[in-house]
Amino acid sequence: MEKIIEGLAYVLGNDIDTDQIIPAEHLVYSLSDPEEKKNYGRFALSGVPGDQAGLPNGNVPFTEGENFESKYSIVVGGKNFGCGSSREHAPACMEIAGVKAVIAQSYARIFYRNSVDGGFFIPFECDTRLVEDIKTGDDLKIDLNANTLTNKTRGKTYDLKSLGEVIDIIEAGNIFEYARKSGMIAS
Amino acid sequence: MGMTITEKILAAHAGKDSVAPGDNIWVDVDVLMTHDVCGPGTFAIFKKQFGENAKVWDRDKVVIIPDHFIFTKDTHANRNIDILRQFVKEQDLPHYYDVGTDNYKGVCHLALAQEGFNRPGEVLFGTDSHTSTSGAFGMFSTGIGNTDAAFILGTGKLWVKVPESMCFEFTGTFPDHIMAKDVILNVIGDIGVDGATYRAMEWRGDAVMKLSMEERMTLCNMAIEAGGKNGIIEADETTTDYVRQRTDAPYKIYHSDEDANYFFKKTYNADEMEPIVAKPHSPDNKAKVSECEDVKLDRAYIGSCTGGKLTDFLAAARLLKGKKVQIDTFIVPATREVEEDLYKEKIGGESLVDIFKNAGAYLGEPSCAACLGGPKDTFGRTDDNQVVISTTNRNFPGRMGSKQSYVYLASPYTAAASALTGHITNPAEFVNN
Repeated sequence: MEKIIEGLAYVLGNDIDTDQIIPAEHLVYSLSDPEEKKNYGRFALSGVPGDQAGLPNGNVPFTEGENFESKYSIVVGGKNFGCGSSREHAPACMEIAGVKAVIAQSYARIFYRNSVDGGFFIPFECDTRLVEDIKTGDDLKIDLNANTLTNKTRGKTYDLKSLGEVIDIIEAGNIFEYARKSGMIAS
Repeated sequence: MGMTITEKILAAHAGKDSVAPGDNIWVDVDVLMTHDVCGPGTFAIFKKQFGENAKVWDRDKVVIIPDHFIFTKDTHANRNIDILRQFVKEQDLPHYYDVGTDNYKGVCHLALAQEGFNRPGEVLFGTDSHTSTSGAFGMFSTGIGNTDAAFILGTGKLWVKVPESMCFEFTGTFPDHIMAKDVILNVIGDIGVDGATYRAMEWRGDAVMKLSMEERMTLCNMAIEAGGKNGIIEADETTTDYVRQRTDAPYKIYHSDEDANYFFKKTYNADEMEPIVAKPHSPDNKAKVSECEDVKLDRAYIGSCTGGKLTDFLAAARLLKGKKVQIDTFIVPATREVEEDLYKEKIGGESLVDIFKNAGAYLGEPSCAACLGGPKDTFGRTDDNQVVISTTNRNFPGRMGSKQSYVYLASPYTAAASALTGHITNPAEFVNN
């Protein structure tokens, strides 16, 4: 597991639901075909209303034009990130677009679970509401040893919440690797 | 300390005498359900992790119900149905309800109930967030992603964090014009879209226990809209009557202990309930219908796992009989069984189908249809900035198709009354006359 995650911030508000993360009309592409699944990167976060997309200014496309990857690799959200559907396409599309971490005040349960069990990215929580502090495009650094987030653009550091009981699954990579390590399924 | 029904069912499936909220446990799974949107991804992960020739843990416990993108020309969507067929063939799975055959059912959550897969005391997981619906049968049920589903396919187990329970009690009797949809929208409005995150929503009280199974399903269906892990109602005679008509499989009835511990308890007086809508763009954006009567509508939509059951159409038909709708009105039965009932059930000698047709409504085929937008050719999918009143479960931006549309969630009574006037309308006077 990487101990340092660096990247540009893409900032969103509260209650970012899975229909905003990946609208249902796009749930038809294969998640296993390497070429076809790139479409998820293109349409990741494409359902977010324009004025809420890339705060504070809004109207910042997450993935530009015909690209399959985003230049933003750390998504910052408010409360209840990932609410709605159980579609695993939601964390998957963000990973396919290049997301390495999400930092939110809180998560909806299934999205959080899918992110951890599928090993798509680390869903960090931060008690400080970052949505007003961080601007889309800011240069961020997450230090897993110190459990901190640093906004290099603005010179501010925040404590992240401990990953708690899911750390073992995150360190193993996904739920299958965790179960193999613990002897639950054959390796 | 006593346990709640949710805690008892989870303990029993983990081989433990007791569990407490926050415990991480491995539970044995009774039923795994998947559908056309999440099945293909689940099967790919299963094969990658357990091997190309691996067999599922128990072919009798896997239920595959295509329902999301069915009546479409979208080639990717149709390819996904082929992937389901292929997997069913490879694994020789008995519980598959194929598109284009007499065996096709429609929306998975109601099909699970109608085909006898909802049984008191069991643990059911599904790759759909509205899997919480099955909790109406006094069982533990919740939605999961492809990875967790693939894990279950290979092992028959899943880790679960035991949720704290919240108790919503309704005393008295709901007025005639109030439906379960009003009740759940009211509660979600009270506690917010993350008000039950990681928690069980347990429904209790005389008013709840007087409800039919379909209405109980509506209550549990939208637990996820408050962030809930599961919704649950203890089984009683109403439950066992329904179950025994559908299956001979064994079941076990659990009750919450008198001294069970609840994170939250609230008692409502059912007699005081009023019709409720959730305004755009969030299911917790609660308002009384009486406060929204100036909202002009472009269309009404009656369908989905939440609002497309026979009870929902009986309610709508009661209001639409002998009248004409003033706006485009879409009727989408959740399953084939509901669709057949629309032909069989009559009000004043007229079938529900004839009532809807004579009122000028459009009838669609059983599936999830426009509840979640779907491919461009989906029946009832919203266009442009339409204002819609809908019996579905979510009104997030773009949920029913167009990102510019405005969706008001409401009961079938309220949707039907509003279809007759073209603006949001209190169904009380229609129902009580």
